[in-house]
Amino acid sequence: MIDVRDVLYVAVGLFALFNGLMVVTLSLVWLERKFLGRLQGRVGPTRVGPFGLLQAVADAVKLLMKEDVSPGPAARVIFYAAPLLVFVPGFVVWLTIPFARDLAVRNLELGIFFFIAFSVLSIVGLVLAGWSSASKYAALGGFRSAAQLVSYEIPIIMTLLAVVVVAGTMNIAEVVEAQASAPYAALLPLAAAVFLLAGIAEVGRTPFDIYFAESEVVGGPFVEYSGAHWAVFFLAEYVNTFVIAALMALLFLGGWRWPFGADLPPAAGVALVLAKTYAVVLVIFWLRATYPRLRIDQLMSLGWKALIPLSFAAVLIAAAQQFYGWPVWSLTVLSVAILAVPAVLQVRLQRQPAMERARRYARRAIAERARGTGEAVR
Amino acid sequence: MPSAGYATDWIAIVLAGAVGFAAIVGMFAASRLLAPRRPSANKAIPYESGIRPEPLGRSQFNVRYYIFAILFLVFDVEAVFLFPWAVVFLDTAAYVFYAMLLFIAVLLFGVAYAWRKGVLEWR
Repeated sequence: MIDVRDVLYVAVGLFALFNGLMVVTLSLVWLERKFLGRLQGRVGPTRVGPFGLLQAVADAVKLLMKEDVSPGPAARVIFYAAPLLVFVPGFVVWLTIPFARDLAVRNLELGIFFFIAFSVLSIVGLVLAGWSSASKYAALGGFRSAAQLVSYEIPIIMTLLAVVVVAGTMNIAEVVEAQASAPYAALLPLAAAVFLLAGIAEVGRTPFDIYFAESEVVGGPFVEYSGAHWAVFFLAEYVNTFVIAALMALLFLGGWRWPFGADLPPAAGVALVLAKTYAVVLVIFWLRATYPRLRIDQLMSLGWKALIPLSFAAVLIAAAQQFYGWPVWSLTVLSVAILAVPAVLQVRLQRQPAMERARRYARRAIAERARGTGEAVR
Repeated sequence: MPSAGYATDWIAIVLAGAVGFAAIVGMFAASRLLAPRRPSANKAIPYESGIRPEPLGRSQFNVRYYIFAILFLVFDVEAVFLFPWAVVFLDTAAYVFYAMLLFIAVLLFGVAYAWRKGVLEWR
């Protein structure tokens, strides 16, 4: 039965949610510029408002008042619809993100599945934005975004699956409640690490921003956008970053349930969730300041050869632990053991003398040429 | 505290889409009212470092993007089977667990095959 009060609750909740997300986006823009500035020995914005707090607001107003130019040969309808296609799925996902036990706009029973189903949709918007701009850089960026986002969607799906296997439910609030004794980051460090990396790649933040890499495709799908339409892509990027951080806080860091238990008043629970989310966001910014952008071939091999096998391993150990009834700590031990494999391989690779490594790559390339692999791919 | 209800869930999803859509369209409308509009022929040229683009973009793309899309499809479809299984496999017969292990093994064999064939190399 449909209860009118429920629908009203959802409508009011959505209104509050949208406004809240706008404020969050402004805060993230300010935080990112300030934090990156500090990490690079600068002070960041200082002029507009106290501590430069109003800089982001000024930027938003400026973007709204800029002329909206579109290229002449663009496919106009798709060109103007693409920002909507990118933003709306990213916003709809927030419907089911809980901030406290009973505080979600609508606590869907299949919350995690709902997130996966809708977060994939924005890829379509990026590809269409690139294609409809009638610019070569935009088209390249659009197809790059398809290849990248599609590849990193799989580790996200599989790590969330590992969480679902251990928790036995797809309801996000119930997953948080299941972390009463220990957060899943302690039980499933493997899944947590893969989820964070793949999540950063999925929102295209800097070590993985190959599809709008300024030095290669000058902004990718967004080259031709300006004014309000460009602002919406920007908005979507921050909203998506925040949702990845929020899911990290809720599904892996114990949300409102850990470490203070169930006695926490709801307001303190919300504050705890937000604090954890902002902490994860700061880690994402920190990674941006630390690592240079990956090349596209490195990006694809990291996704397909490291993150996807690791995420499958995370699912398999979680399922085996549940099925055979192994003790809980065995999950942690197995996760760390599996995480050690790529770590050891990487250290060994980096300790090799450069000449030896170059010879090995050359030998491999010659062998591949002889086998004819790769030729068939082209 | 709202009550559970399947129909209400769907109304909520549609409403969320409508709110996001309306807010963004409102933003576009506000920008249209506020922003200046002085179109010119030169502004309408797609960006290509100041050169007149010839031929236009939107022409051809490399097939390697297509291969990754196909590989992704396999895994994305598999998610539809894996999630229901993850919720119920403890409560059903033991062969459900082993059947899914077999399914995942086939998938992993697919990745290994693609890897061996060099499909995963970006060239």
